[in-house]
Amino acid sequence: MAVENGKIIFRIAEIMINELKLEDVTPDTFDPDIDLVDEVGIDSMDLATVALVLRDEYAVRIDEDDYPKLTTVRLIGEYVQKKLAA
Amino acid sequence: MRTVSSLLDDRWYARYKRISKLNIRSSIYDVTNRCNLRCKGCFFFSSGEHEAAKEEMDITRWEAFVDREMARGVNLAILIGGEPTLCLDRVEAFYKRLPTFCATNGIIKVPRDRFPDMILGVSLWGDDVDEKILRGKDVFSISSKNYAGDPHTYYLYTITPKQLGKTDRIIQRIRDAGLKVHMQLLSNDEGVDGFHWRPDELVQIRSEMDEALDRYPDTVISSKYYHEIITTGKMQGRPFGWMECPSVTEPLDKRDPKPRRLTHFIRWASDLETMHRCCTSETRDCSTCKDGAAHMSWVMVNKRAHMKSTRDLQNWIEIYEMFAKLYRFIPW
Ligand code: SF4
Ligand code: SF4
Repeated sequence: MAVENGKIIFRIAEIMINELKLEDVTPDTFDPDIDLVDEVGIDSMDLATVALVLRDEYAVRIDEDDYPKLTTVRLIGEYVQKKLAA
Repeated sequence: MRTVSSLLDDRWYARYKRISKLNIRSSIYDVTNRCNLRCKGCFFFSSGEHEAAKEEMDITRWEAFVDREMARGVNLAILIGGEPTLCLDRVEAFYKRLPTFCATNGIIKVPRDRFPDMILGVSLWGDDVDEKILRGKDVFSISSKNYAGDPHTYYLYTITPKQLGKTDRIIQRIRDAGLKVHMQLLSNDEGVDGFHWRPDELVQIRSEMDEALDRYPDTVISSKYYHEIITTGKMQGRPFGWMECPSVTEPLDKRDPKPRRLTHFIRWASDLETMHRCCTSETRDCSTCKDGAAHMSWVMVNKRAHMKSTRDLQNWIEIYEMFAKLYRFIPW
């Protein structure tokens, strides 16, 4: 499945906002380069929640060992893209 | 969107960043079913957990088990029992492989040439009078000699209602022995008379704990928010209990809805196969559970709930730091 990078980033931001109930932000205003741990305050359990939705939607499994690398929405998007291309 | 840096000044933000990516993944291990004491109120014996499984005696199986635990992502082993120091080979199987904390009653001195920097939490149940009632002897007089000045040891002081007004003296004795202390509250699993907490006593002990932290900041490893949570059983108006507890063994956790919880946490029995329900007694009433580690983990897994205000987030940071200090992910 090929998906445009911008679309994936938008969708990941949307999933984050919905699943983690983030306030005062929309997928359009979500900075894809903001540090998710150091700024948004998400933890590995939050990331696991997002990973579950991504798995269902894109059939992509995010390896738990990779969580520490996935510090921004853009990096998660690139990770998903890479897995889709593999 | 409210961000961490918008809530914190530079100093607090630096403290946050020091802990934000630690990603501590602990599990708890019953090293043995035996103990050289029999304390009244010990959850392990009172709930029959010492008979739940037959001890694995083959040390190579322990070693292989620890390797499997690490592959499962565990990066902190918390050893309890029974008394782990009765089985130092098993303790060593953990210590040689991953960061290890060992709870002990302090009667047997852990050889520091074999375990140079293993973190030890020595249990203490009050002054000599209380320890004699609850544990059969004044354990502190032995443990404080064994570990005086040890830089990797602290006391896990389980405060009972009988200790009201006496905690200061005990903490002074610990300080004089050159050791540190972390405080928790007795859950009185065996219903020993006079050791149940009344609401007014919980209010009183909270202020004593706060005073101890103010008076002995170099000795006491704690935080005032922890004192609030453990004595009120409430976090941001939410009551602690089964439906909130983060320290339930993951494969046995069938709660719905699932609360925020410790990732991959398991408490293993000493046969290395049986799992216990949670970090403490299976028979304990969750609504009155005072387990200190469960309460601090409860705060730790609820970080974003603490992003409502600067004070809330600072409280969260202080509890996370306390946990990280107790297991030496950051220095004391
Ligand atoms: S020393 Fe610890 S394990 Fe042994 S009986 Fe007392 S509380 Fe239980
Ligand atoms: S007894 Fe305490 S630690 Fe165990 S599940 Fe209940 S609340 Fe959690």
